[in-house]
Amino acid sequence: MTTHPPSGGEPTRDSQLALDAAPSPAAMPGRIDLRDIAVSFPSGGGDPLVALDGIDLSVEPGQLVALIGPNGSGKSTLLRVIAGLLSPDRGRATLDGRPIEGPDPRIGLVFQEPRLLPWRTTEANVAYPLEIAGVPLQERRAKVETLLRTVGLEEAAKQVPSQLSGGMRQRAAIARTLTLEPRVLLLDEPFSALDELTRERLNLELLAITARTRTTIILVTHSVQEAIFLADRVVVLSERPGRVVADLPVELSRPRSLGDLDAAVVSAAARAIRQHLGEVAS
Amino acid sequence: MTALASRRRPSTRISGTLAALLALGAFVLGWKALVVVAGYPPFILPPPEQVAARFIEAWADGTIAPHARRTLVEIGLGFAAGAGPALVVGYVLARLPLAEQLLSPYLVAAQATPILALAPLLALWFGPGLTAKIVICALIVFFPIAIATMVGVRAVDDRLVELARSLRATRWQIVRTLEIPAALPAIFGGLRVGVTLAVVGAIVGEWAGADRGLGLLVNLARGSLFDIPLLFATLLTIALLGIVLYGLVVLAERSLVGSR
Repeated sequence: MTTHPPSGGEPTRDSQLALDAAPSPAAMPGRIDLRDIAVSFPSGGGDPLVALDGIDLSVEPGQLVALIGPNGSGKSTLLRVIAGLLSPDRGRATLDGRPIEGPDPRIGLVFQEPRLLPWRTTEANVAYPLEIAGVPLQERRAKVETLLRTVGLEEAAKQVPSQLSGGMRQRAAIARTLTLEPRVLLLDEPFSALDELTRERLNLELLAITARTRTTIILVTHSVQEAIFLADRVVVLSERPGRVVADLPVELSRPRSLGDLDAAVVSAAARAIRQHLGEVAS
Repeated sequence: MTALASRRRPSTRISGTLAALLALGAFVLGWKALVVVAGYPPFILPPPEQVAARFIEAWADGTIAPHARRTLVEIGLGFAAGAGPALVVGYVLARLPLAEQLLSPYLVAAQATPILALAPLLALWFGPGLTAKIVICALIVFFPIAIATMVGVRAVDDRLVELARSLRATRWQIVRTLEIPAALPAIFGGLRVGVTLAVVGAIVGEWAGADRGLGLLVNLARGSLFDIPLLFATLLTIALLGIVLYGLVVLAERSLVGSR
């Protein structure tokens, strides 16, 4: 089993919402379990490149876990395993107890880049997953309209990606992922290409949107600050081959504000994370 | 490029048309000047007004029309017969590396063999009818469209394909919603080249043996009729046919790609 404390003992994003009734896991799906996940890639002639080696990780429904680690620690590879885009060489990945055998509509993946189809308008891009899933046009329209409003893009509905700013494009990408109402959201450094102010604002917005639906979130990030600010737990991965070297709870109540970043808890947590990252580096 | 052209302000478009007309005028004047200064007889180089008069006359009295109609049919059928398979083969070449290794030597060899050398053989096999011309057109059109499609599909962003896969898109959904729209500008590049080559193919095919067609009319005007102004009027018809067909491809491209 993993080393992190049971979910009851730490503040989760839902602690305010879940005060009176602790829902059973079945009523709140979105639990991810990874057991002994190993992935390697063939490398030019020599030994295969081991990206992940024996990852054990459990994420409770509604929890937000940040994955942090140096370049090449296999963070994105791990997300692809959970997203069903990559089958591991060894180990088991399950969603609510059932093995993940391919892309699953209950798991949404937001990539590092927006990956919008350049010839489609914002609304057509957001509608894309619904189109692929065969959702009727009427239903698609209604859903897209709501989501565009949620992410604040209703004005840009008819524009194509080249007319949007970087932040707007990533908002569109998030709206697109939310169309299928995933129970688990995988975020692969989704805002890393944006400036810091935009990143902070989008982080806050994303928290607000997903807290309402109690979506499980696994976030890959490079930023210690961002990890602490957003996550219930910070999981530190080692350099290649990636292994879990630390699993640290963030003792910071919700809702959080940007001012919390100055709290003593944060600097203590940051020190702990950096220490583990430092061990990795040395 | 086309998107820019369609978005230009009306005044720019008018001055563009004006420039085109001026260029045409300069060409016709230069032609006339060459005839006058060098003193060429009409059976070497007829002056533009004589060609224009013969052009109108030959169209009015039905000398050209049946031949033009036949050539147009050959081009249309040959282009379709070549472009359709070329799109499929281009896609397969892009997505199956083995297919490219196996097929590309034959494709290149077929393309490098001059169609002029193949035409008599094809005429021998398929006779003087429509079939030989359709085959020649299809052959000459195939390569540029297949290659353009291959290049276009290969250039499709892998990250978009991964996105579609993460949404559980089927192979066909990826082709339809992603690969075709993304490759469309490149494919249209191939179609533009292809449609002009289809005109060449039809004419070459008719030269190798035909009972009707603009290529045959060129031969007749130069040979038994010895009507050099008619020869020029026929050449003009062929050129106009090429321009109109090319324009149709550009229009189709604009309506499908232009809005990007």
